[in-house]
Amino acid sequence: MVDLSIDLNGLDLKNPVMTASGTFGYGEEFMDFFDVSRLGGIMVKGTTLKHREGNPYPRMAETPQGMLNAVGLQNKGVHYFADTIYPRIKHYDTHLFVNVSGSTIEEYVETAEVVNALDHIPGIELNISCPNVKEGGMAFGTSCPSAVAVVEAVRKVYKKHLMVKLSPNVTNIAEIAKAVEDAGADSVSLINTLLGMAIDVKTRKPILSTITGGLSGPAVKPIAVRMVWQVAQVVNIPIVGMGGIMNANDAIEFMLAGASAIQVGTANFIDPAVTLKIIDGIEAYCKEHGFAKASDLVGAMQA
Amino acid sequence: MKKYVDDFKVIKNERLNHEYVVLTLQHPGKLPPMLPGQFVEVRVDNGPNTFLRRPISIHDIDEENNTMLLLVQEIGEGTQLMCALKEGDTCNMVYPLGNSFAMPDKPRVLLVGGGCGIAPLLFMGRRLKANGIEPQFLLGARTAEGLIALDAFKQLGTVHTTTEDGSVGTKGFVIHHPVMRTQTPDIDQIYTCGPEAMMKVVAKYAGNHNIKCQVSLENHMACGFGACLCCVAETLDGNKCTCTDGPVFDSTYLKW
Ligand SMILES: Cc1cc2nc3c(=O)[nH]c(=O)nc-3n(C[C@H](O)[C@H](O)[C@H](O)COP(=O)(O)OP(=O)(O)OC[C@H]3O[C@@H](n4cnc5c(N)ncnc54)[C@H](O)[C@@H]3O)c2cc1C
Ligand SMILES: Cc1cc2nc3c(=O)[nH]c(=O)nc-3n(C[C@H](O)[C@H](O)[C@H](O)COP(=O)(O)O)c2cc1C
Ligand code: FES
Repeated sequence: MVDLSIDLNGLDLKNPVMTASGTFGYGEEFMDFFDVSRLGGIMVKGTTLKHREGNPYPRMAETPQGMLNAVGLQNKGVHYFADTIYPRIKHYDTHLFVNVSGSTIEEYVETAEVVNALDHIPGIELNISCPNVKEGGMAFGTSCPSAVAVVEAVRKVYKKHLMVKLSPNVTNIAEIAKAVEDAGADSVSLINTLLGMAIDVKTRKPILSTITGGLSGPAVKPIAVRMVWQVAQVVNIPIVGMGGIMNANDAIEFMLAGASAIQVGTANFIDPAVTLKIIDGIEAYCKEHGFAKASDLVGAMQA
Repeated sequence: MKKYVDDFKVIKNERLNHEYVVLTLQHPGKLPPMLPGQFVEVRVDNGPNTFLRRPISIHDIDEENNTMLLLVQEIGEGTQLMCALKEGDTCNMVYPLGNSFAMPDKPRVLLVGGGCGIAPLLFMGRRLKANGIEPQFLLGARTAEGLIALDAFKQLGTVHTTTEDGSVGTKGFVIHHPVMRTQTPDIDQIYTCGPEAMMKVVAKYAGNHNIKCQVSLENHMACGFGACLCCVAETLDGNKCTCTDGPVFDSTYLKW
C-alpha cells in the first residue's frame, strides 16, 4: 500500500492531486464523470467581492498544445458564493479552497473575511496573478512590495491556510515566492497563466476580445516545471505546482522538481476524469519505483 | 441529463460532397437518453493543433441500433481528421451536452438551416414527427452541391430550398424564400441553426410576425460542459454559457 497523503503545512491532503481554479467550476460540473471527493483538493472558481460579468466573447483561442483564455473572473461575488453555492458543495469529502481575487487590497481583505467564516473551507488561494483583468490581479503579483502588501493585509484577517498563487509573468519568480513566504503565506501555488496573444491571419484581427490572454496547457509545462524548481530552492513552505499537467508522469515531474501537491487545469476540459487517472498513476509509479509514500517524491530529482 | 464519456466505433463514413461527411457511430452498449439540439464533444487526436475537443451537433440517433449520426463539415484540421475517420476507428465523445429545442405548443413549425447548421434539425424533425407534427424545412446553401441530406429531411416533412446561385430552389438566401416573404405566415414556431447572419434575419422576421423563434448558437468552446466559461453569449440576464444554458436560446432572450 502506497501512502498518498500529503501534509500541506498542517493541512492533510488525501493525495497530491487538486483541480485548478477556473477549470473545474465548483466541482458540480464534474459529478457525472466521477466522485470529486476522491480529489486531494478543489480550487473553486476565481471569486471577487462583487459580481463580475467577465470579458466579452470571444474569450478563448486554441493554440498549439494549449489555449489562451480571457474569461476575466466572471463570478457572482463572494456573498452569492457563501449563501448559494457553498451550502451545495460543503459536504464534499475533500479540501475546498476559494480562489480569491480583487482590484484593491481592501477588496481582497473583505472577500477573505467572508470566506474565513465558512467552516468547510480550510483555505484560500490568493490569486495575485490573473492576467485577464485590467485593475488588480496580476498587478499585485508582479512586484515584491505589492505582493507583500496584499498578503500581509489578508494574513491579518484570514486565520486558516493561506496559499498564494504566483504569476509567471515576472523576471524572478523565486524572489516573489520568498517575499510572500516572509509575509505569512502557508504555501505557494504556481503557475498561473502566461500572458499570450493570437491573431487570426484571415481577418487580421486579434482572436480574443481583450487582445491578450492567459496561456495554459502542455505548451507552458517546461516553464512551469522550471519555476517550481527555482522556487523550491528558496522557500520552506510547500509548493503546489501546475501548468500543462495532462497525466501522472507530468504530475510526478512537478513533484520531483519540488512540488508537494499539484493542480490540474486545462486537462479537465479534454478528459473530465483525468484527475482520477493521475491519482492512480502516481500510486502505480510509487509502487513500481519503491516509494512507500508519495511525499517521498517531493524534490527527489537526482541532480 | 446525465453526461458520459465513451468510445464509439465508426461503422460508416458516408461522403456527401467535397465538404461534408456523415459519420455513423456505434455506442458500446445502450445509448442513453438525449434530445434534439444537444451536442457532443469529439476528441480528435493529440496533434499540436487539435488539442481541444470539437463540438458537433447530434444529427440523428437510432435508438434501436444504438447508433448516432454526426454531420461534419470540413473547416480546419480537426474536422478534416474527423471526416477521414474510417470504419472500425474509435471516436471518443463527451455527450450529451447542452439544452435542447423546446417542443412547440402549436403545430405549424418551420425549421430553417444553413451550412452545417442543418445538422440538429434532422433529429428535431424526427422528434416532431414522432409527436404528430409534420414540420416544414427551409434549407439554404450557396450552390446545388451544398444542399445535402435532402432525402433524409423529405422523409420527415416538406422541404424548401434556396441557393445563392439559383441552381436549385429559390435564388438567394433563406430569407428570400416565399415561406418567409408572406405577410400572413402560417407558422407558429421557428427553429433555426446556421451562420449567425442567417439566424439574425430569421429571428427578425419571426419577431416582426409574432412567431416564436429558437436559435442554436455555435460559440467557440473549450470544455462543453460549463467548467471554463469561455463560450458565453450576451443575454438579457448577462453572460450565459452556450454549452449549458444553450446552445438553444429564445431569439428574444439574446442581445443581438
Ligand atoms: C454547439 C455546436 C454544434 C456544432 N455542430 C456542428 C455540426 O453538427 N457539424 C459541423 O460540421 N460543425 C459543427 N459545429 C462547428 C464545429 O465545432 C467547428 O467547425 C469545429 O470546431 C472546427 O474545428 P477545426 O479544427 O476543423 O477548425 P479550426 O478553425 O482549425 O479550429 C480552430 C479552433 O476554433 C474552434 N472553432 C472553429 N470554428 C468553430 C465553430 N464554427 N464553432 C465552434 N468552434 C469553432 C475549434 O473548435 C478550434 O478550437 C458546431 C459547433 C458548436 C459550438
Ligand atoms: C479557462 C481558464 C480559467 C481560469 N481561471 C482562473 C481563475 O479564476 N483563477 C486563477 O487563479 N487561475 C485561473 N486559471 C489558471 C489555472 O488555474 C492554471 O493556473 C493554469 O491554467 C495553468 O494550469 P493548466 O496548464 O493545467 O491549465 C484559469 C485557466 C483557464 C484555462
Ligand atoms: S465551453 Fe466551457 S463553459 Fe462552455
